Amino acid sequence: MLDIRDTVDVCVVGAGHAGCEAALACARLGLKTVVFTVSVDSIALMPCNPNIGGSSKGHLVRELDALGGEMGKNIDKTFIQSKMLNVSKGPAVHSLRAQADKQAYTRQMRFVLENQENLTIKQAEVCKILSEKDPETGKQKVSGVQLFNGGIYQCKAVVLCTGTYLNARCLCGESIDYTGPNGLKSATHLTDSLVELGIEMQRFKTGTPARMDKRSLDLSKMEEQFGDERVVPFSFSTNPEDVQIDQVSCYLTYTNEKTHEIIRDNLDRSPIYAGIIEGTGPRYCPSIEDKVVKFADKERHQVFIEPEGLYTNEMYVGGMSSSLPEDVQLAMYRTVPGMEHCQIVRHAYAIEYDCIKPNQLHPSLGFKNVIGLYSGGQFNGSSGYEEAASQGLVAGINAARFVQGKEPMIIDRSEGYIGVLIDDLVTKENLEPYRMMTSRSEYRLLLRQDNADLRLRKKGYEVGLITKEQYEYVLQKEKLIEQEVERLHATTIGANKTIQAFLENNNSSSLKTATSLAELMCRPELNYRLLADIDPDRPLLSDDVIEQVEINVKYEGYIKRQAKQVETFKKIENKKIPAEINYDDVNSLRLEARQKLKQYKPISVGQASRISGVSPADISMLLIYLETYDYKGNHHE
Amino acid sequence: MRKDTIAAIATAMSDSGISIIRVSGEDAIPIVNRIFFTKGHKQILSEAESHTIHYGFIYDGEYKIDEVMVSVMKAPRSFTTEDVVEINCHGGVLVTNKVLETVIKNGARIADPGEFTMRAFLNGRIDLSKAEAIMDLIHAKSEYALKNSMNQLSGSVANIIKNLREQLIYEIAFIESALDDPEHISLEGYEDKLSKVNDGLLFEIDKLIESAHDGMLLKEGINTVIVGKPNVGKSSFLNALIGKERAIVTDIEGTTRDALMETVKIKDILLNIIDTAGIRETEDIVEQIGVNKAKEYVKDADLLIYIVDSSKELDQNDFDIMEMLYQRKSIILLNKNDLETKIDEISIAQYLKDIYSKNNGTYNNEIPIIKTSMLNKEGMDLFEKIVMDLFFSGQLKINDEVYITNMRHKEALMEAASSLRLVRQSLENHMPEDFYSIDLMNAYTSLGYILGEELGDDLVQEIFSKFCMGK
Repeated sequence: MLDIRDTVDVCVVGAGHAGCEAALACARLGLKTVVFTVSVDSIALMPCNPNIGGSSKGHLVRELDALGGEMGKNIDKTFIQSKMLNVSKGPAVHSLRAQADKQAYTRQMRFVLENQENLTIKQAEVCKILSEKDPETGKQKVSGVQLFNGGIYQCKAVVLCTGTYLNARCLCGESIDYTGPNGLKSATHLTDSLVELGIEMQRFKTGTPARMDKRSLDLSKMEEQFGDERVVPFSFSTNPEDVQIDQVSCYLTYTNEKTHEIIRDNLDRSPIYAGIIEGTGPRYCPSIEDKVVKFADKERHQVFIEPEGLYTNEMYVGGMSSSLPEDVQLAMYRTVPGMEHCQIVRHAYAIEYDCIKPNQLHPSLGFKNVIGLYSGGQFNGSSGYEEAASQGLVAGINAARFVQGKEPMIIDRSEGYIGVLIDDLVTKENLEPYRMMTSRSEYRLLLRQDNADLRLRKKGYEVGLITKEQYEYVLQKEKLIEQEVERLHATTIGANKTIQAFLENNNSSSLKTATSLAELMCRPELNYRLLADIDPDRPLLSDDVIEQVEINVKYEGYIKRQAKQVETFKKIENKKIPAEINYDDVNSLRLEARQKLKQYKPISVGQASRISGVSPADISMLLIYLETYDYKGNHHE
Repeated sequence: MRKDTIAAIATAMSDSGISIIRVSGEDAIPIVNRIFFTKGHKQILSEAESHTIHYGFIYDGEYKIDEVMVSVMKAPRSFTTEDVVEINCHGGVLVTNKVLETVIKNGARIADPGEFTMRAFLNGRIDLSKAEAIMDLIHAKSEYALKNSMNQLSGSVANIIKNLREQLIYEIAFIESALDDPEHISLEGYEDKLSKVNDGLLFEIDKLIESAHDGMLLKEGINTVIVGKPNVGKSSFLNALIGKERAIVTDIEGTTRDALMETVKIKDILLNIIDTAGIRETEDIVEQIGVNKAKEYVKDADLLIYIVDSSKELDQNDFDIMEMLYQRKSIILLNKNDLETKIDEISIAQYLKDIYSKNNGTYNNEIPIIKTSMLNKEGMDLFEKIVMDLFFSGQLKINDEVYITNMRHKEALMEAASSLRLVRQSLENHMPEDFYSIDLMNAYTSLGYILGEELGDDLVQEIFSKFCMGK
């Protein structure tokens, strides 16, 4: 007798940053949804760094928000310090980062989930994905999930967001705990069920530094780091006035030769250097022992001391993650200025976990070989809260659209960092946890954090997560920007006395002939606000519109160049490859290309062209084949 | 798929007859219009009707390259269904290459193997039955082209380019690390440093581009024109180089009426020598044509050899010829030195000095003057040595050359150079780093194209291996 507890539309496994977004998206799109977690108290837990955003990750949060995700709103309500990074650089790399009150963040997200219509939270470990053979395709098709105690939830789609919990083990020197992060219960059965479904798994590793008791630190020996005077919210729907709060500080200190000596002397006790850890760790977030070994000539490394919340004395020690034994940790931390008498509340550790090889996924984040199965987050081989949340949202939206019989929503590389993230994951060879970086985005100048709403609100509206009102606001904004840019180009400024005086006052060279306001704005020393003096007829515009006008005019040449590249990109990206294609029929493909194409099953010629081992000549073959294929197809009808 | 404008030589490359350069794409007509002028020096192509043919000249700036017929076929009624312009060139291999280069310089890019055919196919111009055959053809051709292109890259050039790329990727990785991890890596004062590196890279690349000229000369031969009054021994000189009687040598003035082209190999370098009709003021109409043509050839030449009969006094014709040598790579032969001489190096140099100063230049004895006798075969060794000195600074080592001999390579180098110029401009305007890192990356990609390397995860690898990032 089957123990069927409920029949729903979508089951989301895991309630971390990916799971929360997936569950909310499904429920908000009107589907009956259950989200399973091993601990309801750990919903949207931040087991590592206490911040959201940062370079390129801030972009992800903005895009997520534009599409109708929750992360941006949640951090706006629970941050305790905020900073726009890279402000001295180009607008494309400005990035917002906020320190979170971890407990408040978790509590707030849990509150949102608990009050979401159509959504049920269930504390349980999912052990098995239930499936049946789909008569049409011969593939397995999701039919439900089974819990540890045997209970069954029947459903049409499953979104896996298991984070670092699958067969997790935490390592600290010689001691190994078979738990998930923070000592939470790991999930030990699901991997077997996935392997049974034919899913290929791999093992990754990541790590976190220690948390210190604030009272044991001498912060006066460190550099205090403040938040921005004027805080910019993450969410496009947060009122900027609501985020002007009293902020807390972070602190900066440095390691020294003594620290490095202790680390070097104890390397044999590090599970990584002793060969105990099998998983591959991320190079961009190396442990302090990695830094000391790999960059031996560096005399010191930065250490950021960050508060974990308003109602705790715990301080996060950014820059010094480690898997050395706790006695060594204590000795090395105590060499750092300001930390001479530190007391460790939670020691640093490395964590190993099962995840999938993400090339088994379509850009929709649905599995190629299991119908109705979707996944997001660290389970997909990524790293970071923001990367997880972005994938969770896309996986959730597409699971919902699958249930509703709609085409998947796909964001391509020219539309957002989310597109770059997912395309990289599903198309490239990923040998370490994947972290977003601005250098991974080839159309970076267009994909700015300041215009995420202009880029993606429309998509969010079409999906159904953005209200008509929000969408119309963006349309109106778009129109105002366009009109103002046009006006600046069309408004001629004569070389008269007033103008020359204005230019002289602003250390700008005088005019020889008449020019446009736009031309003047391109001068590095001038900007939109300054030009107000000689531009009496300008319309009254809001700050967000002015920001766009300024960027569009000042960097017009560069932006146009990238826009042209995007056009070329789109042509090949829009050339779809039918799912039923048989690559053995495509003559002249090289063997390697044929194998890779069969393995990756790209959905478009553009995606195919990014698979390593597929050459431009192979792409020509493919294009020609597709032309004849269409031709044949038309003939059949 | 790039839908830009492509160009290539559509006929087999041989010395015989006419060769055709085909240009296809949106900008085909404007590009050729920029370099094509009618006899009345008008630019008419942009107004030309479809399927018309026009007579005129291809110019590279001020410099007339070839006399051509240009046909215009507008989309969609063309082979590729795009706008197509075909240039019928008359001037042989060298000139055809030069015309192609000019087309490229004005905005087209070199077509990939089979690209015209592929465009034709993709635009529905070729029927289905041919598709399979074309697939094989493109495949075979691209393999061949790659192999061929790699063969043309000498080890030392490859090393230089690898080194340039390493410098580039290091700088890009540094910028990107700083952008991704601003709290760990600072870009303070970096502009000055990059500016120096960038200038250095640009210098190296420009040197390689220049070497392309030598490289082409080496591969294709030096275009050499022999000039001089009738019966000063031009044909005898040519024959002495070739070692056989090719031109008709007589003692009657004006026996060489038309130009002859011979390829001669001296010390591993090729000279494509054109012997012209004796240049002098003439009444004879047939000969007049020959003389005019000779003047045309002189314009195209890489090297001028001016032969003087040292047993006769100079006249106005000689002065006219010497005018042509102004600021050109030339060698003067004082021939017939077996006879009693009336003029010597000093008097010739004096005339050159006058000509230079008349043109507001200074003559610093840059034109070598040799005494020769074709009868006694005197002065030929010296002549060969001087040619080497003039073109390859006497340093030519055939097996270890640092020369670019491939047009695609040159094109890629030019792209890289123009990207680096944009970097320089951005640095001068104090643009933020994330703007010029894009142009640095473009330069890196262009150079990679020469080595046959595709863009992979180079940047991310470099960032992680060279710079310490992260929490």
